Amino acid sequence: MSDSYTVGDERENEQDGAAADRADGRNVSTPDPVDETTGETTPSIQHIADADTVIEAADLTVHYGDVEALKPVNVRLPAQEVTAIIGPSGCGKSTFLRCINRMNDMVDAARVGGELRFRGKNVYDEDVDPVALRRKIGMVFQKPNPFPKSIYDNVAYGLEIQGYDGDMDARVEEALRGAALWDEVKDQLDESGLDLSGGQQQRLCIARAIAPDPEVILMDEPASALDPVATAKVEDLIDELAEEYTVVIVTHNMQQAARISDKTAVFLTGGQLVEFGETNRIFENPENQRVEDYITGKFG
Amino acid sequence: MTRLPFGLGGTDDGRDGDGDGDGVRTDSLRTGSVRTDGGETPNPFANVGDDIARKQLLGRVFVGICGASTLVGIVALFVLLGDVLYEAWGWVTLDFLTYPPSRFIENYYPDGRGAGIYPALVGSILLIALTAVFTMFLGVGAAIYLEEYAPESRLKSFIEANIANLAGVPSIVYGLLGLAVFVRFVGLGESLLAGALTLTLLILPIVIVSAQEALRAVPDSQRHAAYGVGATDWEVVRDVVLPAALPGIMTGTILSLSRAIGETAPLIMIGAATSMFRAPIEDVSGIPVPDLFGPFAAMPMQIFDWARLPEGDFQHVAAAGIVVLLTILLLMNATAILIRNKYEK
Amino acid sequence: MSGSSDVADLTRAGSDIPAGRNLAVRGVFFACALLTVLTTFGIVVVLFDGALGFFREETLFGLLSGVLGGVLAGSPAEAWAALRTGLGTQVTVREFLFGVEWSPIIRPRSYGVLPLLWGTMLIVVGSALIAIPVGTATAIYLSEYADRRVRKVVKPTLEVLAGVPTIVYGFFALSFITPIIQRFFPGTGTFNVAAGAIVVGVMIIPMVSSLSEDAMSAVPDELRNAAYGLGATKFEVSTDVVVPASLSGVMASYILAISRAIGETMAVTLAVGMQPNITLNPLEQAQTMTAYMVQIGISDVSVGSIGYQSLFAVGLLLFVMTLGMNLLSLWIKGRYQEAYR
Repeated sequence: MSDSYTVGDERENEQDGAAADRADGRNVSTPDPVDETTGETTPSIQHIADADTVIEAADLTVHYGDVEALKPVNVRLPAQEVTAIIGPSGCGKSTFLRCINRMNDMVDAARVGGELRFRGKNVYDEDVDPVALRRKIGMVFQKPNPFPKSIYDNVAYGLEIQGYDGDMDARVEEALRGAALWDEVKDQLDESGLDLSGGQQQRLCIARAIAPDPEVILMDEPASALDPVATAKVEDLIDELAEEYTVVIVTHNMQQAARISDKTAVFLTGGQLVEFGETNRIFENPENQRVEDYITGKFG
Repeated sequence: MTRLPFGLGGTDDGRDGDGDGDGVRTDSLRTGSVRTDGGETPNPFANVGDDIARKQLLGRVFVGICGASTLVGIVALFVLLGDVLYEAWGWVTLDFLTYPPSRFIENYYPDGRGAGIYPALVGSILLIALTAVFTMFLGVGAAIYLEEYAPESRLKSFIEANIANLAGVPSIVYGLLGLAVFVRFVGLGESLLAGALTLTLLILPIVIVSAQEALRAVPDSQRHAAYGVGATDWEVVRDVVLPAALPGIMTGTILSLSRAIGETAPLIMIGAATSMFRAPIEDVSGIPVPDLFGPFAAMPMQIFDWARLPEGDFQHVAAAGIVVLLTILLLMNATAILIRNKYEK
Repeated sequence: MSGSSDVADLTRAGSDIPAGRNLAVRGVFFACALLTVLTTFGIVVVLFDGALGFFREETLFGLLSGVLGGVLAGSPAEAWAALRTGLGTQVTVREFLFGVEWSPIIRPRSYGVLPLLWGTMLIVVGSALIAIPVGTATAIYLSEYADRRVRKVVKPTLEVLAGVPTIVYGFFALSFITPIIQRFFPGTGTFNVAAGAIVVGVMIIPMVSSLSEDAMSAVPDELRNAAYGLGATKFEVSTDVVVPASLSGVMASYILAISRAIGETMAVTLAVGMQPNITLNPLEQAQTMTAYMVQIGISDVSVGSIGYQSLFAVGLLLFVMTLGMNLLSLWIKGRYQEAYR
């Protein structure tokens, strides 16, 4: 464990060199893109205390065939907080998210290198069953994807396959309340989940994800397919979820990240994690020039 | 269908589906040029010269030929159906459906003793029912393996190429396979079961390919949703993929079965009877049960038998048999289309 | 890092996932997929073994069981006899492939398959002469000229032609086509090559038209627009741009249709007759390879007789021919798919 920590420290120590490069880059009116990428191999990662770490990436890389989708990522995500992952499209933020619960396993060409630890256990170890992993790490997807079943069955599905034999009705209600959907659907639990509006469908998917009581919830741009009113509801919900769960959310919407997250990780083109830290600091005072450009809209 | 709006005269002769769109855009182009030219100067885009006129004539002839060719197939279909109906007119009676065949043409006359297709009709229905059961399990199983389990590997491409090739093997060759394996090697004899197994192997490639298409049509987001809450591969298939793909699988299977019901050559090769006087059904303590291990006749075999008989009126009997066969085929296709339409968004 | 008790347990055992069932289900599905490979294997073994019996009097299985039986009975002489008869030459491959007389059941016997091959070739050429021009023109019409609604009706209608059982085509040839031919050529018999070629031609029109239309529709509109931009007429775009650009797909459809015509059985059995005949006159009767197999199938030849064995020799030839055609069409299609990459 301390190995990777040292690696991270070394990288932080290189910060000065990077800053120098950056200064050079700013002085040249037409920055050479190659220079810029080589100059930025040093992420500004703010580390958190061990005890709070739920998810830790250590030199995590992903290749799709010959394409490097994720450059070595070293980061620790804190418990019971909302971590936002932002960056331009194609920057690898969704790829990173899908590494956490091994959804990338389903992409035949994807190869993962390095380690991703969930509560200290590398999830890419031989003895890890991705199914067991996903029972601890729930996921909500970009587009609402309820099953063509009743609302009740949608929420109960995860509990059923995980062999839950307690009071199913109570758990379904609890999950629907947790997703702030109960009041809207309590009289139509037998109706199809597909009959709900887009925003309700997404909250149903959140209910489905939290029903089996996972430790972490991953969200892949959960509001990108929703209208502003529905988006606001989902955002409020994410805020509440953080009291109980660790939430990692990918979004391309920087305002959204600023509103809902405690920590923010910025990925930039090339699958590189460039900066990670307190959301307020990242948005007000980013260390990295490219992050500043991205956040102020000059780039991406 | 987006085509450049260069109308260039008559090539767009109204047959073209986007003729409306083209027409409008061509018109506006012309009015535009007329306005700038003030109406007096000749339109620089007019069709001038023999060359274009000649080409357009050629084009019109060409469209005529192509359109006529399209009609050839359609006309052939209707002539074929018309011929069968004409020959069968008055010969498809209730007796024809409920009596066994006869060597004497008099028995088929409306006022005769009664003779018909009954044993072959029952034989065909049982044959197809058995084949349906086998292909549903084997075909869907193979498709699920290829779509949901198999990694992109040499093995998978090999199996898929093999299936594509099997689909092109003549049905009579499957008959030889059935003869050597099911009839002789396994020792099933010329039985209903041997026939159904042979037909199963014959249509399996088509069933697999259509089931694969149905599985591929299930959006990945559905699979991900189930994986996301910790479902295993099998749970994803059982709870999410199969229910969603079932209508498509049913449609494809029924269409494949409707091909099997008309197959004659494989049944001839396995030595199925051309004509039987008894339906392949036994009585087990009063309950009729299909006789899986006994001989059977099927409709296409019976039709083949009738068509070969020299007496002229047997042509009508054969036609009547074809009408019954085509009616069953039509019912199967209609069912498949109904299922598809009901579940298609 | 924290104590080991805190490390997440992500193993199967820790989460009671039914892994055994998962694996069993996967095995069952894999077996289903493997069955298709076994089918191909079975076809090849059955045909080769049966054909071996035709050329060598005894199939490989028969030979082995004869020899084994002799050895087990403790009689080397019996085993030797079984081996000798089993290896004896019954028909030479040369006679089979190049002989011009086919009469394996009726004496004087002769085993030249050329008359059957010739019958098949007559049907292939005749049906291709109908299906290729008509099918190609239909495909051009549907892809380039017909509006979407017309195409939506016409394409499935044509595909119905392919779904009609082939026995019905045989009946159609006997009851409709042949009488018409007889009106123009009064000497024509009930069975003739022309009627068979015509109905097989009609039967394979949809194969040509449907697959060719798919290939033509796949030609990108940019190519068409480029030609229009140069002032080409629609006719020129169709013939000079679309057809050449989709040529390999179109050729693949021809080959598949021909392969289908080679294997076509019931229509030619009923329409063309049962008389092996090397002729160029389409009004005479003849016999195709498939029709011969049907002839043996409906007669009562005993298992193991030369008639029975000949089924497999002819079947093997048929299989090799159609397999070759199918592989050729796949190869051509594979090349064509690379063209737009």
